[in-house]
Amino acid sequence: MRRAALALAIVAAIVALAFVLDNYALRLATTVLMYVVLALSWNFIGGFAGYPSFATAAFFGLGAYGAGVLQHAGVEMVASWLCGGVLATLFALALGAAILHLRGHYFAIASLVVPDVLREIANVSTSLTGGGMGLNIAVFSTDMTLFTRVFYFAMLTVAVATLTASFAVDRSKLGFGLRCIQQNEDAATILGVNTVLYKVIAFALSGAFVGVAGGIYGSWVNYIDPADAFDVLISVKPIIMVLLGGAGTVLGPVVGAAVFLLFEEAVWRNFLTLHEGLLGAIVVLLVLFLPKGLTGYRAVLRGLVPARLRARS
Amino acid sequence: MSALLELAGVSRSFGGLRALDRVSLDLAEGEIVGLIGPNGAGKTTLVNLVTGVHPVSAGEIRFGGRRISGLAPFRIARLGVARTFQVVQPFPRMSVLDNVAAGALFAAGTADIASARAAALDCLRFTGLEEVAGQAGATLSLAGRKRLELAKSLATRPRLLLLDEVNAGLNSTEIDGALRLIADIAARGITILLIEHLMKVVTRACSRIVVLHQGEIISDGPTASVMRDRKVVEAYLGSRYASDAQ
Repeated sequence: MRRAALALAIVAAIVALAFVLDNYALRLATTVLMYVVLALSWNFIGGFAGYPSFATAAFFGLGAYGAGVLQHAGVEMVASWLCGGVLATLFALALGAAILHLRGHYFAIASLVVPDVLREIANVSTSLTGGGMGLNIAVFSTDMTLFTRVFYFAMLTVAVATLTASFAVDRSKLGFGLRCIQQNEDAATILGVNTVLYKVIAFALSGAFVGVAGGIYGSWVNYIDPADAFDVLISVKPIIMVLLGGAGTVLGPVVGAAVFLLFEEAVWRNFLTLHEGLLGAIVVLLVLFLPKGLTGYRAVLRGLVPARLRARS
Repeated sequence: MSALLELAGVSRSFGGLRALDRVSLDLAEGEIVGLIGPNGAGKTTLVNLVTGVHPVSAGEIRFGGRRISGLAPFRIARLGVARTFQVVQPFPRMSVLDNVAAGALFAAGTADIASARAAALDCLRFTGLEEVAGQAGATLSLAGRKRLELAKSLATRPRLLLLDEVNAGLNSTEIDGALRLIADIAARGITILLIEHLMKVVTRACSRIVVLHQGEIISDGPTASVMRDRKVVEAYLGSRYASDAQ
């Protein structure tokens, strides 16, 4: 009962934010929600299954361009976002079947080039995407307050859907099998886990919601170009958020996304020329001192049992 | 009566190296068979072919009358072929209980995670690991991890169990415990192929022995007669066993 009441209070507070915050703060909140979607999505493949994917930007760009091009063809806005998600999912299924037999660094590198390839395709397909000139996407309303609120709620819906899917996977046979794969893929196979199928499902999940978020992002900023929609940072940031929050957990990526945006706002703005160096420094510090992320801090503080030996049952 | 496991002319090459050369072998249901041979004879390769980890280069493997060579390893596991690894392979950060539950859930096909854990607890009682059920897999001693390997493979509800050096690295008390466990497993009607270096273990546990040498079977028969086989003595056992046998 108390947990239900707490959850209800959190939902009420999140909805109320839309009517309390000014437009600037609400835009930041929308960005946090988008980061939550990216981080939770990467967590399916990178956290649960332990496959370090750099393909997030590919799914994001596909969603953004898919939705944008469809809107130009006359498809209604929300439907086009969903189509962006479907496009990213289908692409993830095909890509996953092609590269998920690679392990570790090899998989990471194979996934890293995918957004680059798609960016070049978007660059040269001028008739469809506008090429390097970018693609203008219709402004849905000129009422700034309404506009900002609608995109806040749109991103909130996707974030809640991603979170719900994460909880479902965490408790399901799928999540169990993905953890087996993450810890020892050979042993998982010999115990009857259909590792190829499970990895492909995890990869598709890591693409689906990101595709929808990409579609929403395009309508939100009204203009996308290949360098922006397939930016490598869209792949890198969620990884940092998940490592920050705790890989393979459900709430860790949510915490990581929020902390990351705070950091981005506080530090990035003040160290414009150094921020990529700082990004690297964060990764090193995380791996050294918080291998389980912020949600694993209690074990680290307790110091009695090494964090990596603690059972998760 | 047809055999549970049949290998018919099975070969496997790695590049130019022929690891197994036209091996034919039948295991009847309920048998405990020892597979011995010097390092590099192809023992582990044979296990890897039966479990589908490597494809066969030639020949055919049948299990329960059905061709299994060419199937994915997870499908072979679901049909009832389990193995332990020579180098133990626990899920290090998962509890011992969940390590075992994985086999019940994915290979034996229990309805859900809760019933898989219930089945896993049975296997842990059987292997004497009940007390450490809540610990992480990586925290067990070597003997404990070898037992965990056994518990995991039992949870898959196998008809055939391939034990790849489950006794390597154990002291003699631990080996006695492992042998009792193997006898208990056999008493459940599970067919066992025991791959071993330790002659003492094989002669105690098995009524039949198969000897591999440079990828070929050079002897196959009741323990006593294989131990006296001149080819076996020359290739593997050495003169001490030869003089004992005479």
